[in-house]
Amino acid sequence: MPDVTKTADAAVVATPSVDAPAPQAKPEKPRSLWGDAWRDLRRNPYFIVSSVLIFFLLLIAAFPGMFTSASPTAGDLVKHYIGKPELSKIGSEGWLGYDIQGRSVYARLIYGTRASIIVGICVTAIVTVLGGIVGMIAGYFGGWVDALLSRITDIFFGIPFLLGAMVVLQAFTERTVMVVVFALAFLGWTQMARVMRGAVITVKQADYVHAAKALGAGTTRILFRHILPNAMAPVIVVATIALGGYISAEATLSYLGLGFAAPTVSWGLDISAGVQAIRTSQHILLYPSIMLSLTVLAFIMLGEAVRNALDPKLR
Amino acid sequence: MSTIDKTASVPAPRASGEHNGPLLEVKDLHVEFHTRDGVAKAVNGVNYSVDAGETLAVLGESGSGKSVTAQAIMGILDMPPGKIPQGEILFRGEDMLKMADEDRRKIRGRKIAMIFQDALSSLNPVLTVGYQLGEMFRVHQGMSKKDAQRKAIELMDKVKIPAAKARVSDYPHQFSGGMRQRIMIAMALALEPDLIIADEPTTALDVTVQAQVMDLLAELQREYNMGLILITHDLGVVADVADKIAVMYAGRIVEQAPVHELYARPAHPYTRGLLDSIPRLDQKGQELYAIKGLPPNLLKVPSGCAFNPRCPKATDLCRTEIPALVPVTEQDGADLPGRKSACHFWKETIHG
Amino acid sequence: MGRYVARRLLQMIPVFFGTTLLIFLMVYSLPGDPVAGLFGDKGASPSTLAELRHKYGLDQHILKQYWDYITGIVLHFDFGTQFRNDRPVTEVLGDAFPVTIQLAALAFAFELVFGIGLGIIAGLRAGRLADNAILIFTLLIISIPVFVLGFIIKMVFAFQLGWIQPNVSNDQLLSEMIAPAIVLGGLSLAYVARLTRTSMAENLRADYMRTAVAKGLPKRRIIGVHLMRNSMIPVITFLGTDIGALMGGAVVTEGLFNVKGVGGLIYESITRREGSTLVGLVTVLVVVYLVTSLLIDLLYAVLDPRIRYA
Repeated sequence: MPDVTKTADAAVVATPSVDAPAPQAKPEKPRSLWGDAWRDLRRNPYFIVSSVLIFFLLLIAAFPGMFTSASPTAGDLVKHYIGKPELSKIGSEGWLGYDIQGRSVYARLIYGTRASIIVGICVTAIVTVLGGIVGMIAGYFGGWVDALLSRITDIFFGIPFLLGAMVVLQAFTERTVMVVVFALAFLGWTQMARVMRGAVITVKQADYVHAAKALGAGTTRILFRHILPNAMAPVIVVATIALGGYISAEATLSYLGLGFAAPTVSWGLDISAGVQAIRTSQHILLYPSIMLSLTVLAFIMLGEAVRNALDPKLR
Repeated sequence: MSTIDKTASVPAPRASGEHNGPLLEVKDLHVEFHTRDGVAKAVNGVNYSVDAGETLAVLGESGSGKSVTAQAIMGILDMPPGKIPQGEILFRGEDMLKMADEDRRKIRGRKIAMIFQDALSSLNPVLTVGYQLGEMFRVHQGMSKKDAQRKAIELMDKVKIPAAKARVSDYPHQFSGGMRQRIMIAMALALEPDLIIADEPTTALDVTVQAQVMDLLAELQREYNMGLILITHDLGVVADVADKIAVMYAGRIVEQAPVHELYARPAHPYTRGLLDSIPRLDQKGQELYAIKGLPPNLLKVPSGCAFNPRCPKATDLCRTEIPALVPVTEQDGADLPGRKSACHFWKETIHG
Repeated sequence: MGRYVARRLLQMIPVFFGTTLLIFLMVYSLPGDPVAGLFGDKGASPSTLAELRHKYGLDQHILKQYWDYITGIVLHFDFGTQFRNDRPVTEVLGDAFPVTIQLAALAFAFELVFGIGLGIIAGLRAGRLADNAILIFTLLIISIPVFVLGFIIKMVFAFQLGWIQPNVSNDQLLSEMIAPAIVLGGLSLAYVARLTRTSMAENLRADYMRTAVAKGLPKRRIIGVHLMRNSMIPVITFLGTDIGALMGGAVVTEGLFNVKGVGGLIYESITRREGSTLVGLVTVLVVVYLVTSLLIDLLYAVLDPRIRYA
């Protein structure tokens, strides 16, 4: 039996992290962009919902054993669902029923979280750092450096993202997490580079950057003390939204048979397996699809909420 | 006069005898903005009037409510968050706040026009200036595209834009700041309105260009006998063109006077402070006066006279009681026509 | 304007060569032998393989192969050969391309009409019920991966309601393409709606909008001429880059609905390791992408004079 009570405990633990911070800020306190954004976020229902969701997802990814005692891989063939509709309903044995090999669908949902979250976070981290550096250099130095880097970005951008990842993945026979991450990051960085370049070009023209230059600050100092902190906002927003996109892409690739392969537990693989029973036992297809969509939704919602908070114009 | 009125529902045309009062009269106007931090009271009971051919200068710092009042007259306030809880805006005796939207729209541009501060952002970047000028004739007079274009060129000539014919199909960003402001003026003048509201028309311009643009505006005003409301924070601009001045502070008029009298004998400490902070050649070497403190936060205007925290002469009375805008007289009680002050101690200020 | 066009064209040239080279390197650095794959498990004699390799130029250095390939495209419009059937890629493509174009065009029309439509409704009703409903709807669409969306549509409309056939028949009728087009265009539709909404909300606050009101223009004209002209600029840019993405996205959608188009071909050539076909197909997609993005840039310049004279 999956341990449902643990979930409830976790909810209690989760609550303070959402509404604990700072009691009412004093009205006279000077307001900053991030301070204002935070004030906004705290009362944005989208932000609260997505934060709670992401908190749980991270918890599940880190400690899947906390949420289920069943094994996602060891199945009891006797329990397979064929011809046993009672095994495919919510609340049935194993909570969400069993798949064709008699493995608990619920346990596979829980254990599949890790692959998606790891891929999402790793790809986002790599892409943000790599694309960020390229974009920052191109945006800050301009001229031929910008022309060169921008054309290189264009070249990678010219290949459709999913298609490129498919080609890269096909080159590997053993598709580990790192391989999938590499395949997605290989073309994914261009988006970040473009966002960062745009942000840096905007910030570069700000008076405080000119002032810092006039005061004799060095390039490194200007880049990291003045430009980077102010150019980060759009990058963080795009990165958060992209994280959801990468999770979706990983699932798509796994579904196509080009991403993870068994014995890795992945929602995409489970959906792919569920397709074979699409007419009879839709639960195999349904639950991982819902879980996957919910995860993607959480990150996209978070990104949107942060974007709106940072840019009051959009409201 | 070439204005062709095709629509009968438009309020009485110029020079008709139906209405004898002032061209525009603002009565006890209040405007507030509902923000997430509370209600900002931007305008708190403003009264002023303008006659045909007359220039009223509205003077004040940013946040004094001078632009908000103008936007309320023009009907271009963002509502929400803006709200007009009370007051009247009478144009030729008719309250515009009670008019149907469609009637109001027909007044805008045709009877009352506005010139904005930043011509670059106030002109549509993706339409040619000829299109934007011609639009006035096409929409309000149903003119053909070709005729409208011709009128646009005439207008550009009128505001002294060189090579108007060649430049009519240029875009706003292709003009210099001064030329762009001339286009704004041309657009406001297009239908020869009765009243023009100019909201800091020269603030964004170079000093040399400022004078040219102001002269042009004054010249055209005389030619068409228009009423003009000139909103500014620049006392220098006002002196040459205005007939009378209303000084605003924290959403109220604190002093009203014919222009030269105000300069000679201010009746409010705030006006005095403003005048004293103008650099003067004959006082070279002395320290320049500055009004202490900051403009008030409209979310919580100080009690009593809003100016009291910054006023050198404030007393306990000023901190508790809001001074009314009362007529100002000579020491012997003789009338000073058109003069009013909202200071408990106006006598001391003007005669002291 | 002329200079702008010239600059964009010049920028396109290195990108074309760079992208094709990148595809070439990616595909041909794949381990596995494209020729050996032809014979399945039984295999063939080493001499036969060597002969075939020589025939297709696979024994030459990769850069030489690339050079021959590119000159073939430029001089003879030759995009390579499909080894399996020994047919030119252009011919293979000739069968599949019209289907995919049909699908992509339908999806594009769909996102154009509904995306912009929903965006306008949300933009004009910013902060109100319709806006929030559209916001949630688009968030959901963006969050549901394409293949999941495909299954949902199949389950509901084919299996539960029986309105459509789960798979497209061999005749590939236009009416059968509606469901796949909705799936293919769904994600972009949501993006277009959001972009339109954002752009409109932003432009609604622009100073020139206030001027338009002050000019006494009727509301229809203020929104139709002044607001839309400005708000559509970023949307059109997005739509342009999206044409290429639709073609790429067809890989998943065509598989779901059994449409025999370019997407299916690409998937097949990836899993069968038909490098030559794959390179040819992707190169065509890249050309389509580059040409559309150039056209969009030109359109952009027409719409936004500030770019034209920059």
